Amino acid sequence: MKGLPPVLITAIVLVAGFVLCALQFPTIASTRVVGNLLTDNAFLGIVATGMTFVIISGGIDLSVGSVIGFTTVFVALAIERWGMPPLVAFVAILLLSAAFGAAMGAVIHVFDLPPFIVTLAGMFLARGASFLLSTESVPITAPVYSAVSDFAVRMPGGGRLTAIAIIMLAIVIAGALLLHLTRFGANVYALGGNRTTASLMGVAVGKMTIKIYMLSSLLAGIAGIVFSFYTSAGYSLSAVGVELDTIAAVVIGGTLLTGGQGSVIGTFLGVLIQGLIQTYINFDGTLSSWWTKIATGVLLFAFIALQQGLVALARRPVVKSAGAAS
Amino acid sequence: MENSPDPVSPLLEVRGISKSFGAVRALQEVDFTLRAGEIHALLGENGAGKSTLIKVITGVFPRDAGTVRLGGEEVVPRSAKAALGAGIATVYQEVNLLPNLSVAQNLFLDRQPMRFGIVREGEMRRRAKALLADFGLDIDVAAPLGNYSVAIQHVTAIARAVDLSARVLILDEPTASLDRHEVEILFGIMRQLAQRGIGIVFVSHFLDQVYEISDRITVLRNGRLVGERETASLPRLELIRMMLGRELAETTSTRASATEHKAREICASFEGYGKAGYVAPFNLELRHGEVVGLAGLLGSGRTETARLVFGAERADRGQARVEGAPVRLQSPRDGVRHGFGYCPEERKTDGIIAELSVRENIVLALQAKRGLHRPLSRREQDEIARRYVRMLDIRPPDPERPVGLLSGGNQQKVLLARWLATSPRLLVLDEPTRGIDVGAHAEIIRLIRELCDDGLALLVISSELDEIVTYSDRVVVLRDRAHVEELAGEAIDVGNILAAIAADGAATAHEGRA
Repeated sequence: MKGLPPVLITAIVLVAGFVLCALQFPTIASTRVVGNLLTDNAFLGIVATGMTFVIISGGIDLSVGSVIGFTTVFVALAIERWGMPPLVAFVAILLLSAAFGAAMGAVIHVFDLPPFIVTLAGMFLARGASFLLSTESVPITAPVYSAVSDFAVRMPGGGRLTAIAIIMLAIVIAGALLLHLTRFGANVYALGGNRTTASLMGVAVGKMTIKIYMLSSLLAGIAGIVFSFYTSAGYSLSAVGVELDTIAAVVIGGTLLTGGQGSVIGTFLGVLIQGLIQTYINFDGTLSSWWTKIATGVLLFAFIALQQGLVALARRPVVKSAGAAS
Repeated sequence: MENSPDPVSPLLEVRGISKSFGAVRALQEVDFTLRAGEIHALLGENGAGKSTLIKVITGVFPRDAGTVRLGGEEVVPRSAKAALGAGIATVYQEVNLLPNLSVAQNLFLDRQPMRFGIVREGEMRRRAKALLADFGLDIDVAAPLGNYSVAIQHVTAIARAVDLSARVLILDEPTASLDRHEVEILFGIMRQLAQRGIGIVFVSHFLDQVYEISDRITVLRNGRLVGERETASLPRLELIRMMLGRELAETTSTRASATEHKAREICASFEGYGKAGYVAPFNLELRHGEVVGLAGLLGSGRTETARLVFGAERADRGQARVEGAPVRLQSPRDGVRHGFGYCPEERKTDGIIAELSVRENIVLALQAKRGLHRPLSRREQDEIARRYVRMLDIRPPDPERPVGLLSGGNQQKVLLARWLATSPRLLVLDEPTRGIDVGAHAEIIRLIRELCDDGLALLVISSELDEIVTYSDRVVVLRDRAHVEELAGEAIDVGNILAAIAADGAATAHEGRA
């Protein structure tokens, strides 16, 4: 319901783009390519789900890329050097990243600081910490990793739905349910509508802020684990700039950067659009991969302009004292 | 002050509330009594302390002294949320709801019906519909609140407040942005709620509405309680006297007689000029060498008239003429081009730029009029600044001093100098003497007279009736966003102005907002 028109437009752009790509390279329209697309962008989909909550609540989280980087290094070192069982390492890093996000949320709320600054500090902090752990790439050879990498559900047409793609889809669905069906979700929208008003209406703004950033960092941690599955290594320079790709996906997905409106499904479509552009460039073979960035930039511009238009339209009351009886 | 024993036991009892902000005493020993089931108007001019009193009662501001009792028990809310919990709900003019959420979510935010951790959307909508039906609304509760008119948003806010078991409902200027029909709906709801035993505090500057809906009236002035009366037994003139705090007085105009100014040349005229929902159409002639005063209560449409005249607001009907020639005033730029100047009421926010020097502030409007491609040289700027600093006696006489460091009176003079530098034919002054000490006060008035003698046309808004009477050749009286009376010559005295403001204007009252 909320933010439906922008989501529809995102969906139309995705379908139209897909059809155009498929016309030029018919093989794109196969479950094999789609499966790879989901796998390649699994970490992005997960972290973007968290970012959607943050942006709808009127905030921003610049630290997610660094949290992913830190997570890969931490997991690699924990398993390979410190001899932790992988599951223990996962639980540890998820606790750590959740605490990190909660701390950022607390700072934002208690000191009334702009989320941009606080999470920018968090970004440097997490990136710096990952360099502190290790400056070089640490390969992960644990059996769990090869097992997970090998696991896949065969789709008709020979495509593989990998474990990490499944994790991503599950998180997107769970995120959508959390946002649209729970009191927590309603409060996220309330916060994005107007913090002061939300607080006057009884929303525990402080707790909500902490929870929202905790969720974002937690999902960034999960994205980091998924990323380490994807690359089978931990590297302090991994996922540099991913926070920006994430924000782009969220905005292309129809979420208002100023908060108050948006959807997880839209974000998922935004991730797919970015993945589609990447895929097209791979297929073409002659284009520089930087064209992904250019295309994303153009799309972003288009969507922000579109949203401004829609917001301007929405400011005019559409229904005039409808149904006011008595 | 009235101290008759209450026949009904009071629902809300406020006793001896005082509140200061720094050296400013916003409230001094104010009492206020609200009975269950009554609609009680809280009145007073700008700065009387109405908002402060509401904010103290609802815990937005901590109080310095005094007690608040609700149903006999003392309450000390520390926040608006706590006040709401205690049963005191406030609905402000700016609706405090979330336009991006659905109507139903707004009604039930943070208390939605749940099952297994999931909001029961259908159940919530059903309840929202039922709740609003009580208020005579039948709307799609799943649509975003922002899609609906302000009136519906107001009713939604009231419905939410009442559903949260409010015993006291404070409505702060609820009708300011509603049209007549919407006001009727709101009043119907207010009466219905009062019948249920809820005590309603109604803050408004529309006196007709106050007389239509309220049972009793409490008037504040300058942070003090003036009195509490039964609405039915309080004549309008008496009420206005309580609000403005003057006896029907003696001062008459010292200006030229009525016959003389007829001879003066017309500088600008406005025929049937107005804007729907802003100010009812009015006729106004401004002549060279003449001061026209605009009098009326807060919210009567004085500033609105000034903004229309200057072009800060676009009129949607009527014709404006400058020196006889028809003109279009679409923006302040147009106003400036036709030789108009406007000194707004909020000097600090709308007028001066505190960080810039006296010189920079003075040349601002002139530079804007000339356009950016014809910059004033530094030498010209210095000369202009020096001239006006001398002419208006701005102190200290240092053109390079940041304006923020000057006193209020001198800031006002800088603002005047800014417009005088553009050699205007018409100058609009909105509350030129507000927040200025007594000495500077007299000086500003002397300046107004002098400017006028030099052939400038002046339109001056002031809440100080004595002042308006002293310098005006003609006085236009406004009420409920319409021009209701024009006084000239010997007819100008405080008594006549008060009488015009007080006249029962039920017939004209709502034209302006139709």
